[in-house]
Parts: sequence; C-alpha cells; structure tokens
Amino acid sequence: MSAVLEVHGLAKRFGGIVAVDGVSFDVRAGEILGIIGPNGSGKSTLFNCILGQLKPTAGDVRIDGRAVTGMRPCDLNRLGVSRTFQLLQIFPQLSVRENLILAGQEHQGTLLSRLLGRRDAGLSQRADEMLGFFRLAELGDERAGGLSYGQQKLLDAAMAFMAGPRLVLLDEPAGGVNLTMLAGLRDRLKAINAERGATFVVIEHNMEFVMALCHRILVLAEGRIIAQGDPAEVRRDPRVVEAYLGQ
Amino acid sequence: MRRLLAAVALALIAAFLLAAPFAFKPYGVFILGMWAVMSIAAIGLNLTLGYAGQISLAQAAFVGIGAYVTAYLTTHGWPFWSGYVLAALACFAIGWLLGYPALRVQHHYLAFVTLAFTTLVYLVFRNEEWLTGGIYGISNIPRPSVLGLSMEPPRAFYYFCLAHLVLVSLATWWLIRSPWGRAFVAVRENPLRALSLGVDTRRYTLLAFALGAGLGGIAGALYAPLVQYIDPSPFALGLSLNLLLMVVVGGSGYFFGPYLGAVVAVLLPEWLRFTQGYYLMAYAVLVVFLMAVSPAGLLGLADRLLRARRAAAPRATP
Amino acid sequence: MLADILQLLVAGLATGAIYALVAIGFTLVWQTSQTINFAQGEFVMLPAFFVLIAMGHFGLAFWPAVGVATAVSVVVLGLLFKRLIVDPLIRHGVLPLVISTIGLSILMKEAVREFYGADAQPFPPLATDANVTVLGTAFSLQNVVVLALCIAAVGALQLFLARTRTGRCMQATAQNPTVARVLGIRVERMILYTFLINAALVTLASVLITPIYLAKFTNGEWLGLYAFIAAIVGGFNQVRGAIVGGLLLGVVDDFAAAYVSSQYRLALPLLILILVILFRPQGLLGRVEERTV
Repeated sequence: MSAVLEVHGLAKRFGGIVAVDGVSFDVRAGEILGIIGPNGSGKSTLFNCILGQLKPTAGDVRIDGRAVTGMRPCDLNRLGVSRTFQLLQIFPQLSVRENLILAGQEHQGTLLSRLLGRRDAGLSQRADEMLGFFRLAELGDERAGGLSYGQQKLLDAAMAFMAGPRLVLLDEPAGGVNLTMLAGLRDRLKAINAERGATFVVIEHNMEFVMALCHRILVLAEGRIIAQGDPAEVRRDPRVVEAYLGQ
Repeated sequence: MRRLLAAVALALIAAFLLAAPFAFKPYGVFILGMWAVMSIAAIGLNLTLGYAGQISLAQAAFVGIGAYVTAYLTTHGWPFWSGYVLAALACFAIGWLLGYPALRVQHHYLAFVTLAFTTLVYLVFRNEEWLTGGIYGISNIPRPSVLGLSMEPPRAFYYFCLAHLVLVSLATWWLIRSPWGRAFVAVRENPLRALSLGVDTRRYTLLAFALGAGLGGIAGALYAPLVQYIDPSPFALGLSLNLLLMVVVGGSGYFFGPYLGAVVAVLLPEWLRFTQGYYLMAYAVLVVFLMAVSPAGLLGLADRLLRARRAAAPRATP
Repeated sequence: MLADILQLLVAGLATGAIYALVAIGFTLVWQTSQTINFAQGEFVMLPAFFVLIAMGHFGLAFWPAVGVATAVSVVVLGLLFKRLIVDPLIRHGVLPLVISTIGLSILMKEAVREFYGADAQPFPPLATDANVTVLGTAFSLQNVVVLALCIAAVGALQLFLARTRTGRCMQATAQNPTVARVLGIRVERMILYTFLINAALVTLASVLITPIYLAKFTNGEWLGLYAFIAAIVGGFNQVRGAIVGGLLLGVVDDFAAAYVSSQYRLALPLLILILVILFRPQGLLGRVEERTV
C-alpha cells in the first residue's frame, strides 16, 4: 500500500541547537504510528515541522506523494492533514455541535456559499454521526465549555476526524485524562481506525497507551530515530531502555 | 418564555421607533435618525472588534470617507445611490487594505496604526480644499427620492435611515449566524486552532475589517444627507473613540450591543441636555465603573445577572 | 541659513525633550503594569490647571503653586489612578483598561471645561522672552531653559534607576515581574513607584509646555498622540527609546512645519509611526521581545 505521509531527511536547528537531526519515515494508509522518546528528544519539533507551524532547516514532507513543506496550516488541513494539540483546544462558548461544524465547514463549498448557503453548511447530520461515534450523542446542544475534561478531550479528537482527513496527528492525546476516560479514548481511536481506516500518528508519553494503540512505534532520542518496530520489538530493544533510563 | 419576552420587547421598541416621529419635534426626529446612523457604524465596528477581536480606531475615518464621497457626488449632480454604493465599496476596499497591518501586529499596535490612519484621513479632509471644501466643508447636500417619494422632509428621511438600519441588522444577523460568523469567533478565540481546522484566518481577518469598514461607509453615506452640511470636525479621532465606547459599553460581541451603546452615547445626551457638561462626566464615570464590574458591557452585565438569578432559583426552593 | 537650522534644531529638541518626558512616563507605566494609558495626554493637560488654581484661588506665588500642583498630581494621577482605575481592571486584560482610560480622558477634559472654562488661559513662562547668543546664533532663552530642565530630570531619573537599590528593583520588575517576585522584590510597591514617577514627569512636562501652547482643556488630545508616537517609534519597552523617540519627534515636527507644510505637519510623525509599527514594531532602539510558541 502507498504511503500517506513521507518524511525525508527532516532537520530543524535553532541557532546552534539541533532539535531534529535528519529524520525519515513513512506512514501507510490505515496505520497507527506512535512516536515516543524522552523529554527534549524532538518529538514536538518534528510534529510542528510536519504541520507547517515551523519551517524545517532541511528535508521535505510529502502527503500522498505531494510536497507540502512550508505550506500554511490551513491549506495543509484542507489537503487532509488534521491535528490535535497537547493542550485541549476547543471553542468553549460554541455548542458541541457548532465546534464540529466549524471543523468541517472550510472543507467544502466556496467562500460565498459559506456566507449565503445553509447555516450548518449541511454538516449537522455528519456532526451528529461523529457525536454518536465518540459517545457524545446527548451533548450536541451543550456549550462545549460546560463538558467534563474527558468529554472535551473526546470532542477535541472528534473535531480532528470531522472532515474525514487522510491523516491525523495527535499530540499527547492521553495527557491529563484519567484512567477510565483513557480506556474510552483508546477504544474510540482504535474503532475509528478499524472501522473507517483512519490513519494517524500519535506522540505520547504514556507508554501503556501507545503500546496498546499503535501498530508501529518510532523511538526518538536527541533528534534521531534510534529504534522502530512493533510494540513488542520496541519494548525489548535495549537502546530504548537506555534512552529512557540511561545516561 | 424567554423568546416570548424578547419578541414582546422587540415589538415594543419597533412600535416606538415607528410612532416616535409623530410625537417628537423635528429636532428630536433628527436625533433619532442620528441614532440609527451611528448604530450602523457601531454595528460595523462590532463585527471587527466584537466578533473578530480586532481593535480598530479607524471607524470615524470610514464614516467620514462615506460622508464625503456621498456629499461630493450628490452636490455635483450624481444620484444618491451612486454615492451610496461607491462609499460602501471604497470603504470595503480601504478597510481590506488597512486589515493587512492587523495580520502583522495585534492589540495596542493595531490600535495605534488605525488611530494614525484616522488622523491622516482627517488631515486630508481639512486640507484638500479643492476636493472637500477644507474647513468650510460641503453644504446643501440633497436628500434622495425613493420611487418618486421625496425623502426631503425630516420625518421621511428618518424612516429612510430606519429602513437602512433594519436592512443592515437583518444582513448582520444572517452573517453572524452563517459559517462566516462561526469562523470570526474561532479566529478571535483561538487563531492557532482555527488555522489547524482549515480556517483561513488571514482571509477572515481581512473580511472582518473590510465589512466593518463598509458598514462605516454606509453610515457615512446616510450621515451626509441627514445633516446636509459636513465639515471635517465630526470625523476626528473623537468619533472613533466614541464609537469604540458605544460598542464596548453596549456589549462587544453581543448582537444588540451597538444599538444600546448608541442609545447611551447619542440619545441620552440629548434627553439629558439639562445636565449640560455633567452628562459627559457621568458617562465617563459609567464607562470606568462598567469596565471594572463588567468588561462585557451592559448586555454582558444583564446576561450575567439573568444567569445568576436562574442558577439561584432552584436553591431558593429546596 | 545655518543659523536658521540651528535655531530650529534647538527649538525642536526643546519640545522633543518635553515629549520624551511624557513618553518615558507612558513607557514606565506600560512596562510594569501593561497599562496603555490613553489619558496620558490629559495627564499633561491637567497639572497646569492645578498650578493656575493654586495661584488664582489660593494666591500662591508661581513656584509654591508648582510645588502644590506636583503634590496633588502625584496623589491624583499617580496613587488614585492606580488604586481606583488600574488595580480593579488589570485582571480583565488590556482592552477594558484601554477603554477605561479613554473614559478617564473624557472625564478629565469635561471636568476642566465645566469647572474652569473652555477658553485658553495664559500660563506664566519659566524664563523671560530673551535670547542667548552662542557662536553668533541667537537661541530663545525659553528653549534653552526647557532643554536644561529636561536633561536634568531625565538624568536624575536614569541615575535613580541605575544607581539606587529601589531603581534597580523597579527595572527588574519592568523586565520580568514573576522573576522579580521570586527574588523577593516588593513588586506591587515598585509598580506604584512607576505610577508616582509618571505623575511627577507629566507635571514637569505640563509646566514646561503650557507657556507655549496656553492652558486649554483640549491640549491632551494632541499631547497624548505625540507621547504615543514617541514611545512607539523609540521602542515601547525602553526608557532610552522614549528619549530618542521624543527628541526625534520634536525635531521632525519642527522641520516639517518649517520646510514641508504647516497643514500637514502632523502627517509626517504619523507616517513614521505607521512605518515603524509595520516594519520595526520593537521600535528604533527596542529589542525583540522573546516569545514562546
């Protein structure tokens, strides 16, 4: 199967500090890739370079074979690359359904049709379907800010999947979520992958969560990939243990 | 229940606005017309500031440009509507251009750029005598006819302004409930997240500026025939500050904020004329006090009180 | 010709030095408390009226009246401004405070108009209408005195900020309140001091500028604008920037009035302001504020 995301020789330097040092990998359609690594290993910088928030010093990023390096985040998103942030980022004063409609509205029609067309941009049904899928069906009309933290986290993820993206990048989805909610979130992410073939990349600290969710894992240390493989392989790899515990 | 109450309140206000010209003297009718015109300008600023979150002190310049375009054309034999359309389009275009600084700088820097713009435009009004008549201004600005009906009498022109206010209100109501309105709020609240959801924040920011400016131009196009004589002084920085206060005092980001703000800033001073300079002082104290208790303005305050009452009600009867 | 230019230069520097005083106060208050004081112009307009009231109603001589006006300003424009307006509002963010100071500027203007009148009042000059001749060029004594006083005031302020413990604590507070608090600096008190210093600076500016333009309730409108321009052009986050911005503005303004067009004299500073904000928002002398993504 062809690669959805190809990263080739990506590097990012801040002055003299090398944050990402020539990283290459691809993500195949329908795959869940995990990226782990100790603090300061360059995970977030890598993410930001892929997503156009930072300009890489070298290397390129391709989506479905198309070079997207340096593209604005909104254009990248409309090409089908979606994301969540480390900290929760929803729009608290909009309703839950409105949050989802917002996440989908820019992906269809023209600027003019968004002014003159339907209020919900024809997305109410799709939004309700996403709500159902993420177990938020009863909450569509609530203010998003009134939801519990775990529910907001689910909404945040649902927004990333709303427009039917080719690829979703999840930045520490498990951060700050309690154990029960965590199981729910993992279950929903697995389901959206199994049932709809969604492809995504997860950066995470929580090893259990990554091991249970991902098909394949990359281990990053000091800006380089030091190991990769399926969860069992990575767990056994001595270099990984060293990177986390060593020095 | 709440909807019914709102509908009754709206109907009462509409009845008052329609009946008022028969009860008021011509000057009172003129002031009501001024309220309608300033409301339109404030609605425009509320789009820029309240919905899209960009602070602008340029609204006086747009009202001025709209007024001068209309005054110049109509006193040179052109029909009113040509001035009206040109005013709106010119302000939309200039507003779009003025929005570019907003993409580079935010908050107080943007306030200063727009402040400088307003003052520059004012200098042009005052000094380019060949075009604007300089400090002598432009007088004998005619009022239009609609379908053969002359809008010359004060009462007729008041209804003309009121009709514009209604149309602008309906259009704005539509706009803020459309996907555009949702995108404006997203850009104001969290531009980074909006961008990651495919919202072109640059384009929506420029649109918010341009639409706000265009409404300022429409307000100006009505202002000129309303007062029938314009000179540069009303379009100085003071008007920009005043419009900003209207939006904020009424409740920025609330649909009805600008109307209420214009009542406080345009109608009340006239009705409380007997208080002389004390009115403005009281107004200033109100602004300072209001910002301390409710930065969301009068409507924000009302909103909070209503909510607090509703939240307290079940506790009162355990 | 050269003499004309020198005269203009000194006159420009003299008014520029006054703008610099106002801009320094504006910058200090902004740095420590994120207060963009839209009433700063009115802050300069008002103390002149304190002096006039002290002389007219209480029969004081000029210098005692200036002393009283300074005391009143420090209390009203420094202490009360901070306690009654800034403190309750600061937690709401920048915009409500901006709106509030706009309200305050209206209040001050209208109060002066109501209680003192709308006409321009003459104000006693600091120096007689004489000239000083240096190297064959005659300079107005008034300008020379203004310039000397401004240099003295700014020099004293700089010495205070750099050499005294309190001054250094104030600078630390301005640069990073959180770190300052950790270091055990009484941040609240330091912020209050900047408000008091601002009040003293605007009083001095008021006494220096009012003889030239007469005392009028609308003076604050353009004075405030000039203070903003000076502060931003020089560098919003630096006292040094405010000095350079003020002097530059005074000179540009005078030369523009003399050689370009008196009608458009204000246009040049405004254009400079727009260009600086767009292309060098940190100001001519400012550093780029570090930002975390």
